Amino acid sequence: MSDDLDDLKAAMTSATPSPDGARRAENLALARQNFETLQGSAKPLRPTSENGQNALWTGVKTMLNTLTSKGALGATTALVACGFLFLTPTGQDLLRKPAPMTVKQETESAAKTVDTLRRATPQPVPARPKASSPLSELLTDDSGAAGLTATTSPADQPIVPANDLSTMQSSDTEAFANAAANPVKVVSEEPVSTFSIDVDTASYSLVRSSLQNGSMPPHDAVRVEEMINYFPYDYAGPEAGEAPFRPTVTVMGTPWNAGTQLVHIGLQGRMPKVADRPALNLVFLIDTSGSMSDANKLPLLKQSFRLMLDNLRPEDQVAIVEYAGSAGQVLAPTAASDRTTILQAIQGLGAGGSTNGQGGLEQAYAVGASMAEDGEVSRVILATDGDFNVGIDSPEALKTYIADKRDSGTYLSVLGFGRDNLDDATMQALAQNGNGIAAFIDTLSEAQKVLVDQLTGALFPIAGDVKVQVEFNPAAVAEYRLIGYETRSLRREDFNNDTVDAGDLGAGHSVTAIYEVTPKGSDAVLNDPLRYQAAEVSGDAAELGFLKLRYKEPGEDVSKLLEVQIAQGTATNSEAQFASAIAGFGQLLSGSDYLGDWGYAQAIDLATANRGADAFGYRTEAVQLMRLAKSLSGQ
Amino acid sequence: MRMTTADEDLALAAASGDGAAFALLLDRHYDRLFAFCFRLTGARAEAEDLTQDICAALPAKLASYQRRAKVTTWLYRVAVNAAHDRRRRRATYVKASAGWGDWEVNRTETAIEDAAKIDWLTTAMQSLNDDLRDTLALVLDDMTHAQAAKILGVSEGTISWRISEAKKRLKEFKEKEDVA
Repeated sequence: MSDDLDDLKAAMTSATPSPDGARRAENLALARQNFETLQGSAKPLRPTSENGQNALWTGVKTMLNTLTSKGALGATTALVACGFLFLTPTGQDLLRKPAPMTVKQETESAAKTVDTLRRATPQPVPARPKASSPLSELLTDDSGAAGLTATTSPADQPIVPANDLSTMQSSDTEAFANAAANPVKVVSEEPVSTFSIDVDTASYSLVRSSLQNGSMPPHDAVRVEEMINYFPYDYAGPEAGEAPFRPTVTVMGTPWNAGTQLVHIGLQGRMPKVADRPALNLVFLIDTSGSMSDANKLPLLKQSFRLMLDNLRPEDQVAIVEYAGSAGQVLAPTAASDRTTILQAIQGLGAGGSTNGQGGLEQAYAVGASMAEDGEVSRVILATDGDFNVGIDSPEALKTYIADKRDSGTYLSVLGFGRDNLDDATMQALAQNGNGIAAFIDTLSEAQKVLVDQLTGALFPIAGDVKVQVEFNPAAVAEYRLIGYETRSLRREDFNNDTVDAGDLGAGHSVTAIYEVTPKGSDAVLNDPLRYQAAEVSGDAAELGFLKLRYKEPGEDVSKLLEVQIAQGTATNSEAQFASAIAGFGQLLSGSDYLGDWGYAQAIDLATANRGADAFGYRTEAVQLMRLAKSLSGQ
Repeated sequence: MRMTTADEDLALAAASGDGAAFALLLDRHYDRLFAFCFRLTGARAEAEDLTQDICAALPAKLASYQRRAKVTTWLYRVAVNAAHDRRRRRATYVKASAGWGDWEVNRTETAIEDAAKIDWLTTAMQSLNDDLRDTLALVLDDMTHAQAAKILGVSEGTISWRISEAKKRLKEFKEKEDVA
């Protein structure tokens, strides 16, 4: 170790990431499993180990070498795991037929050309007393075997453990925003639950993309409320003269727990006549970095915009700003009626070039501001595959900037493309601060849904900062749990604080929230009563709770209040049932432990039975995804 | 107490079929192994995968472990060989640089200045050929030239030569960077 290398070493040390905990546990489990398999089946053959080991190794390697497709590259490691699990039980066959091997004395000059496989068999190394090195401290480090016991896998595990695959799928640069699942709360201790609505749907698309690629989605990619809100529901809308949306509350039995009930809260936004909506000013801020050139990114984006263009009205205006690749405004504000100009600009977007697009976001907002006239909605639509190098470096500064612009009347929506380095967490943060939606576009039909079917809702808010607060009646409800909305929870006092931002409801959109509540006296109560607390609350148990909603009319600063009683009841309908099936599905995917024996099969039955009219086929697709998940999870 | 048992004894016990000894041994060395894999590959995702390869193959390789060798020396050799195998597999995919590309995107964790340094480092290491890189990875991991020589199966003189060669190239690389 010379001085010259000291800097290098220090840099390398600081660059070295700490191992991923989950992967560590899995790898240790894998090693143990292989160890045990080897002990069980291959032990009698171990005396002939030299050739036998190599034969086994060669078999796997040959298998890997024959995989040349690009897709297989990603799966390589899965196959190593799979291959070993697969091969070791049948390892005897392989071991009986060792590949012919010529063992030569290895010389230094030949070292490069010698088959690395043969080198995999370590040569005996003469032991030599060594001076103590920093190593020895590490070696005697008795940082225990914690976690190992938990990783022992049952013998009947499927050959490819589902978790294994999903971890493989989430590459290092894909980041997800999620928080731990909401816990069960005791009503007598914490009777009030407050959260902001969430109209994003990105999580469902991510889940779909994972499942359709043949792997279970990572737990963190699953946000249950976004899965539920992906689907349009046929809730009753508001009458003329009422608030811009109408809440519908349904209390019904819980599919996965006989001792609890679901309180299903559906908000249906008004759908103004399309002809009545103000003109839109849209600024597309498009990532044209090199990574966007994949077929499922920029080309899909271009197709999506063409779809959307057909649905804009002549007085709407469109501008396009590129960043990351060739930076700058590529289309000055243009009336949507001038299709040729817009289409040409879209067609001319090119992925390529280095990242030099500083200030893309500022430019987009400046263009947006220049387009807005009184009473018009301006919106920046950021389309990216995860490169948020939009000119502001720190995520915090970016959020603040977007929130400032939101307050001055320009909103931001984020469309995500491609899976490999999608930064879901940043997408969420930006869209939440920009009063917009975050959607993940993986297929043209998803583009159709987000940019065509729900265009008006996506781009035209009817109620701002919609907050939900539920107070449960301790005389009727012992415990409750909000399903999903982990990233949207608000403090109790934030409900009445109009300066606290919350989600916006788009025209015609619906939002669903589901609580699982345990009625008083049910045997499904999880928490024991306390010994030193006041005795049981008694009172009128006719109401389960009280629902309060706050929202702002677009452009207003002062919120309005809506109040609804949540009455006891078990009436149900297929819309609420379907939502509960998706809630269950989402919880299964996120590894929730509240579902007991209820599994994918039950979710499939429940969803199938409540598909309703399903004009767009979204629900049918959901059932197909459930079936995929069922197969992939090995249930 | 198992916790204080020497690695070498654990490895021998594991080689003769003691599952607990194997688990403990691997748990002790996993983090270090991962760090080494990172040095060999230069990308986190690659390092995770390489570590997994090694973990999967390790039980089969235990049989070849001999008491005379230090466990780390043996383990590092297994790692170097596994890295060779991976590189060979990757070479067929041409896009060997993809793993290094990941790095560039991984911008959130480190401060900008640090990132620049690391970027330089990874690019520089990438510019070395595999032999030089492996050697450098070992020496950067506090291995003596003699130990590195054993692990790579070459003479100590070769290691010293490789290190000076690597230094020379890194210096050239740095100068070229500075000019550019």
